[in-house]
Amino acid sequence: MLREAFVVAAKDLRIEARSHVGRTQVVPFALVVVVLFGLALDPDRGLLTRAAPGLLWVTVLLTALLATQRSLALESADRAVDQLRVSGIDPAAVFLGKAAALSVQLLVVVTALAVGVVVLYGAVLASPLLLIASALVATAGLALAGTLYGAVAAGLRVRETLVPLLVLPVVAPVLLGATRAWEAGVGLAVSDGWPWLRLLVAFMVVFAAAGVMAFGPLLEDA
Amino acid sequence: MLNAVGVLGLGGLVGTVALGLGTTPPDQVQGELVRMIYIHPPLAWTAYLAFAVTGLFSALYLWKRQPRSDQIAASSAEVGVVLCTLTLVTGSLWGRPTWGVWWTWDARLTTTALLLALFAGYLALRRVVVDPVARAKRSAVLALVAVADIPLVHFSVKLWRTLHQQPTLLRPDPQIAGIQAWTLLLGFASLTLLYVWLTGRRARLEALVHLDESRALELAVASR
Repeated sequence: MLREAFVVAAKDLRIEARSHVGRTQVVPFALVVVVLFGLALDPDRGLLTRAAPGLLWVTVLLTALLATQRSLALESADRAVDQLRVSGIDPAAVFLGKAAALSVQLLVVVTALAVGVVVLYGAVLASPLLLIASALVATAGLALAGTLYGAVAAGLRVRETLVPLLVLPVVAPVLLGATRAWEAGVGLAVSDGWPWLRLLVAFMVVFAAAGVMAFGPLLEDA
Repeated sequence: MLNAVGVLGLGGLVGTVALGLGTTPPDQVQGELVRMIYIHPPLAWTAYLAFAVTGLFSALYLWKRQPRSDQIAASSAEVGVVLCTLTLVTGSLWGRPTWGVWWTWDARLTTTALLLALFAGYLALRRVVVDPVARAKRSAVLALVAVADIPLVHFSVKLWRTLHQQPTLLRPDPQIAGIQAWTLLLGFASLTLLYVWLTGRRARLEALVHLDESRALELAVASR
């Protein structure tokens, strides 16, 4: 199953790499949002620096919605999903593969944004290990939730508006957990960041399990 | 049978209002404001109950694939969204004079608000999927994921902050007694009965719609 998941992930990433949409649109979009936050909040550095982790993860959430829509569009265009369905690949592997590809893209976005908040907001990446670990787990959680909800809304005309409504309340724990972990990671919070990492791991596990179980029935009539 | 539940529920609600506004004494600390306790916690309890029932029947649907389970899950979610909205409204009205704010980022408040958003999404999804089988399947998955998400939401916000008062009734040494406790219990009982009644009526309506849809299909096939 893992090998199949890897094949699906590689397929999605290859399409993304060749379409250049991620590099030329999604990442620039995320950076534009970071600049806009700088305009909206007083460019007084104190405020921006303190808000940096929250702003970064809100931006990741918004970008994740775009990336999720992209990942879904790959399958709905030309009914590619039908080939995926008759290919004999385990639906759970399709789910994990698509989520993994999405997760890799989100990690690229997080990396770009981290550079953005360091340069523009003056944030200091104090404990890299915590930052990297929480970014890995949080993006995985976002990608899993996005992929699962994408399948729930697959093939609907109103998908573009429905997916954000469904996904955003669900990923609230990721926003909270990743922001608190990053606040500790950039040395803003006195509290420990590691309990938040446990929460992010729990979220990731719950959504991985839910997706593995539910993707089969959902794919039947995607 | 169902209508008897409704009559009992409505009667109980009238009794709760009469006892809550008239017979029961004001509180030492909160004064007259304490009367909100006869309506706000029962509303919150029925809202949570409604979503739990939706989760339960969604799981049942995915297991047995009976349209009846889906109809009950959907009806319960609709009633739950109304009750959850009322919970937030009454809580806000109560919070303003006692805490001094309409809203605060407390664990229970935030969880309840997100719960409402999750099930509003559930109802939105139900509206846009036309095929009954696909709708039942997708919304069942959605409801189960929402139910699985609640503990994560609650735990995360709790780790973040908490201000809401702790349970008054359900604890080894209840902080409420006499006529006040009985009025509160009556409130819980009547709102639960009202919930059962409303959900039952709604599920019956949903079953009729389902029947109508399948009849219409038969007629359309026969007329060709």
